[in-house]
Amino acid sequence: MKINNLGYLIKEGFRGIFLHGFMSFAAICVTVACLLIVGSFSILAYNLDVMVQKLNQTSEIMVYVSSSLSDAEARSIGTRINALENVEKSVFVSREDALNKFVNDHDNNAAFNGVQAQDLRHRYVVTLEDNNLMKKTDEQLKQIPGVDKTNAAYELAEGFTTIQNVLNIASVALIAMLLVISLLIISNTIKLAMYDRRDEIAIMKMVGATNSFIRLPFVVEGFTLGMVGAILGFGLEWVLYDALVEKLAAVDALRLFTFVPFTGDMLLPTIITFFSAGLFVGIVGSWTSIRKFMDV
Amino acid sequence: MIEFTDVVKAYGHGSPALNGVSMQIEDGEFCFLVGPSGSGKSTIIKLISGELRPTSGTVHVNGYNLERIRKREIPYLRRTTGVVFQDFRLIPKMSVYDNVAFAMRVIGAKEREIRDRVPYVLELVGLENKAKRLPREMSGGEQQRLAIARALVNNPSTIIADEPTGNLDPARSFEIMSLLQEINNLGTTVLVVTHAKDLVQLFSKRVIVIDDGIIVSDGEGYYDED
Repeated sequence: MKINNLGYLIKEGFRGIFLHGFMSFAAICVTVACLLIVGSFSILAYNLDVMVQKLNQTSEIMVYVSSSLSDAEARSIGTRINALENVEKSVFVSREDALNKFVNDHDNNAAFNGVQAQDLRHRYVVTLEDNNLMKKTDEQLKQIPGVDKTNAAYELAEGFTTIQNVLNIASVALIAMLLVISLLIISNTIKLAMYDRRDEIAIMKMVGATNSFIRLPFVVEGFTLGMVGAILGFGLEWVLYDALVEKLAAVDALRLFTFVPFTGDMLLPTIITFFSAGLFVGIVGSWTSIRKFMDV
Repeated sequence: MIEFTDVVKAYGHGSPALNGVSMQIEDGEFCFLVGPSGSGKSTIIKLISGELRPTSGTVHVNGYNLERIRKREIPYLRRTTGVVFQDFRLIPKMSVYDNVAFAMRVIGAKEREIRDRVPYVLELVGLENKAKRLPREMSGGEQQRLAIARALVNNPSTIIADEPTGNLDPARSFEIMSLLQEINNLGTTVLVVTHAKDLVQLFSKRVIVIDDGIIVSDGEGYYDED
């Protein structure tokens, strides 16, 4: 293929889109629909993942300091706690603060009459970097001299981790399945477009066009259809997501859930996913579909 | 030049479509290939255009050995032969001009060459005033002339016409055959596959008769169906 033909071939690719308008329209619609399904599910999975991560981050270990330690000694333990590898931060709560919080958290203040701060212990609220390592960190905390007792909710942390793992596996499996189904549907739509033009391809072969010369306009066409499908799908996803989040935010029962904004961390991965998926199905779909009509 | 030497072509396990065919068509010759349905005519055309390879024997077409030809060389073989079909095989959405120009574009011709060559070929087949029409706006005879123009435009050394008059009335058939003779007079080898006995006898050219995969006669201007 000569370089000076490239312009003609690209022009032919674009011409083909308009010449076979209905099939192009069908291919774009199918691409948009498939990308919307895959995209919506991915975004839902991402939101759930973020929510579970946030809930998991609320898991803490309560470290009680021995009553025999003075205030200064109790405060000095914080340095050793923070030196542990998995500790993100530790907050010292004096026995007085603990009592105040305890009283404030309960409506019936009278029930705490006679309870002295001295009855309680100084404590640290320890937040971890990785809750999967909660048990190990808990063991390390217990080894620190002056630590009397720790209180760690392993089951809760493990529960969150299990939910997150199941969600991740289910998301990957479902997204992969949806992508394969989308590829098959789009590839079939492009095959139909090719079938519509089999005579044209046969004539090209008959007059001596090389395979690459025949293929390139179709690949350009597939690329363009995939691109248009990706742009429309992405735009539609954005509009629908924003509208849905706005509606859900207004529902009181769902106040606990916070949705990731479309223009936040999610934007770049969504752009990459939509455009790479659109281009992949467009180019691979047209390339594999045309192969069938080349053996003339 | 087209040369078949002891060519056998078998499909599957049945009896071969061609069974030891040998023939030679020289450059610049006009030749009819006749025979009943299923006699092996289409197989000969497919062998010449590189669609099929012989089971045994050798086929040479315009310098290419079809037994050894590589897949990527087939487009270049096809550029040496223009094919005309009974059903015209035109692109309905393209104008007369574009149908012909298309054949040049797909082999990578420059626009300037296309602008020079297409009007010349359309004039040769008498369609110079219909360049902007669509195929469906033309008669069968005109559509076949357009198909001939497309076959001619890349200046092939051989034109193969497969039942070119099969869909035309006698007057249009005569016109098409006359056109093919004119093209032959310009130096192009012409091979016409036909059932039209009257035309074969009228034009008095070389006639190769094939039946059941075997060449049964090869002579000048004579065609006896029996």
